[in-house]
Amino acid sequence: MESLVAMKQGSQKKRPFSGEEEADAIDPLTLLSVLPAEVSEKVDKPLIVIPAFDEEQNIGVVIEGIREQVPQFPILVVNDGSSDGTARVLDEMGVDFITLPYNLGYGVALQTGFIYALQNGYNSIIQIDADGQHDPSQILDLHRELMTGDADVVIGSRFLDGGKYKTPFFRHMGIKMFSLLASICCRQRVTDPTSGFQALRGKAIRLVASSYYPPDYPDADYLILLHRCGIKMKEIPVNMDPKPEGKSMHHGHKPLYYVFKMFLSIFVTLMRQKPSI
Amino acid sequence: MPPRIRIISICICIFIVVYVFELVRRKRLNEEYSFGWLVTGSMMLILSVSEDLLTWVSETVGATLFTSTLFFFGLTFLVIICLHFSIRISVLTNQVRTLSQHIGILYHEKKRLEKATEPPEGHSS
Repeated sequence: MESLVAMKQGSQKKRPFSGEEEADAIDPLTLLSVLPAEVSEKVDKPLIVIPAFDEEQNIGVVIEGIREQVPQFPILVVNDGSSDGTARVLDEMGVDFITLPYNLGYGVALQTGFIYALQNGYNSIIQIDADGQHDPSQILDLHRELMTGDADVVIGSRFLDGGKYKTPFFRHMGIKMFSLLASICCRQRVTDPTSGFQALRGKAIRLVASSYYPPDYPDADYLILLHRCGIKMKEIPVNMDPKPEGKSMHHGHKPLYYVFKMFLSIFVTLMRQKPSI
Repeated sequence: MPPRIRIISICICIFIVVYVFELVRRKRLNEEYSFGWLVTGSMMLILSVSEDLLTWVSETVGATLFTSTLFFFGLTFLVIICLHFSIRISVLTNQVRTLSQHIGILYHEKKRLEKATEPPEGHSS
């Protein structure tokens, strides 16, 4: 009942910096049945968040790799309404996982993990894809950089320092174009705006868990949003394998929509007032 | 305007207004969503009934045919209604998304609590 009241209040609350069009938007954080846990910023409490959709074939290998490389880090998989045996594999492996009632998309699954992390007092998050593209042995590199550097977001880049990752021509051109746009808007070099291999802490976690986060393909627009919120980010070189199994989320007619959405989202992100997180 | 098209137009407008009222009465349409349809139907009905008003509006917008005026305003109202529904759908999509996230997290918490309170194996009450 409290949640429903909170939802109603959340839907009616109008933030001073949001436009009229956002008046009905619910901030996911207003739905928390438990308030974000108070955790000392000095005590590191990391969580690995893995959004997974129909990854029965790959998720087991990814979990095993993480458990081998960083057994001390707890793992949370967000099963994004998979229709295959992803949930069964996770259950058999004894992994902590949240199942969404239906497929909501990569960004929403990721955001769910971040909301869970805030609820449970985790103060650093490493996000990694479930398809086996990312190398679990580099989780520690990202985490170390997050803890020792001054950046609140550390992004694993495929293309930094002459990375050898090969992408199809049109996708490569798209990445280059949005890298350039993100670099100009963020006033720093961005080489891989589509990387899902990231480590975040503090304000960045709260931003992802909030309604400001663009859940529909969060890439260059998300990086620009981070910059506008005054959140420092840094890229470090990582190895990535081309997608081993399954389709990319940018297949079929989706690349066209992706380009349209990204341009629109970047434009409106720049036009909006700065979110106060 | 030819009498035949006027009669047809009046009949359609009356049908829309009455049908929307009936839907609200049966609670199959919320009052909130009936507003746009009732305004559209009533405006079209007034334009169809009052020839003087239709003539004045046609001259104002520069339409040579009275039927063009009716189509123009009908289409304009429909575009406004579609835009209104697109906004409502966006709001509802965001709300359903947030609720789904919440359900996922709550279900996870429920499973965790069930596991924590499960009696150890071999234990009989």
